Amino acid sequence: MSDTTAGMIAARKPPPQARKRWGAARIAGVGLCAIWVVLGIALVASLFSGYDADVFNRYMPRMIEGLWVTAKLVVLSVSAGAVLALFVALARMSDNWIVSKLAFVYVYAFRGTPLLGQVFLLYYGAGQFVDYLEAAGVWWFFREAYNCVLLTFILNTAAYQAEIFKTSIESIPRGQWEAASSLGLHKAQTFWKIILPQALITALRPLGNEIILMVKSSAVASVVTVFDLMGATKLAFSRTYDFNVYMWAAIIYLMIVETLRRVWAVLERRLTRHLER
Amino acid sequence: MFNFKGMAAAALAIALMSGSALADEWTKIRVGTEGAYKPFNYIDSDGKLQGFDVEIAQALCDEMKAECTFVAQDWDGIIPALLAKKYDVIIASMSITEERMKQVDFTDKYYNTPARFMAKKGGAITDTSPAGLKGKVLGAQSSTTHSSYLEDNYKDSEIKLYATQDEANADLAAGRVDAVLADSVVTLDWLGSDAGSCCEHIGENYNDEKWFGKGAGMAVRKEDTALKDKLNVALKAILENGKYKEINDKYFPFPVY
Repeated sequence: MSDTTAGMIAARKPPPQARKRWGAARIAGVGLCAIWVVLGIALVASLFSGYDADVFNRYMPRMIEGLWVTAKLVVLSVSAGAVLALFVALARMSDNWIVSKLAFVYVYAFRGTPLLGQVFLLYYGAGQFVDYLEAAGVWWFFREAYNCVLLTFILNTAAYQAEIFKTSIESIPRGQWEAASSLGLHKAQTFWKIILPQALITALRPLGNEIILMVKSSAVASVVTVFDLMGATKLAFSRTYDFNVYMWAAIIYLMIVETLRRVWAVLERRLTRHLER
Repeated sequence: MFNFKGMAAAALAIALMSGSALADEWTKIRVGTEGAYKPFNYIDSDGKLQGFDVEIAQALCDEMKAECTFVAQDWDGIIPALLAKKYDVIIASMSITEERMKQVDFTDKYYNTPARFMAKKGGAITDTSPAGLKGKVLGAQSSTTHSSYLEDNYKDSEIKLYATQDEANADLAAGRVDAVLADSVVTLDWLGSDAGSCCEHIGENYNDEKWFGKGAGMAVRKEDTALKDKLNVALKAILENGKYKEINDKYFPFPVY
């Protein structure tokens, strides 16, 4: 066999790399980076130098208890919220304009007001109507701060998730509906077996975002006396004035979010296998 | 002959003498207060400082035969302004705490309002000891002497902590907490209002120094020991001659000393 490269022109050497000059922008950039690095080192150093075994032993167990409360709140509210959101999304896409407007108003109200305000409104608002709620036999539910917070979280996250579901369902081409219809499948079958599974792949990323936001928003529970992770941390701080407890809490939150991020990456790879080329 | 050194020394001597003479006499005293802590110190509709603190200060000045002027100062800057000599003494319901004693000196306490539990009217709770409140839900404002006291002493009760006293009060009225521990005088206002008509003070007063400090004192600069001594003497005098009681009774239905 002849050497096919024999007649070819030799590749030219790449041009020499331009020497980077120390312009004002570069100096500013390196300077800013240096500030961040120094701040980061100072933060980690203060975490170690300020470590107080006594405070840690006394309050870390309470913070772990708080972590469980946070975890329960997030898991329950996101999963119950998902079920509610699916129906709200369907209502949003309904041909009946009253149903779709009602769903729109619900989503509009919960996305347009702060979660903190919603929690306050439901918790202290319920406190103003004790007599009516007792007469209706539901005061036992609203008496507990935990229940009020959980209900608010479910309603809040359902509004966001409904929008996610709606857009991802609408992103499935109409042709899929028509194809299913021509195969003799009725609408409900088409939705549950063909449309929804594909829509959920699109919805996966934004849903992951929503869960991560919920993990952090759940700290709001601490303002109405629930001892979640944030509540336990605040208590520890008010007794010790040791600001390291906030650092520990931040690290725990970071670990939760990082775990979720990794789980989501695995989920996505698994669910989109068939799309890989 | 012009002797500069001698002149300077003389001037310094005069300055020192007049300074010490002024400090010893204290015929003119400027009093700093906050003006936003009803009923202890507040500014009335005419823009005048009023309240328990202000009247006590006036009584002390009368007793010391000193001429007093009042200065209103925000709480955050009240100690720095004293150190910057904007006034000579703070009479503003300031609690005597270790932290503040690092910066200023305090007179003896001039009042000490105890903490007290509030609960729904009707006498469902009478015993406010840890045993009596076992299993009950207790509330307090967080980061206060009251929340620390509950945390340390009522381990068999469920404790709820609130960002503000108003929120704790709202939950007491709604029945979410069984009793709330707070300053007995500050809560009088709420108990007297419509919203607070559900509830009343119960049980004994709490003023354990370990948790609640020594009460409110008057703060002076550390070098002004003469003024501090003078204020202490005058305070003792008005406590004995009935002037203190007169002012006390005008504001509160119980002794606050």
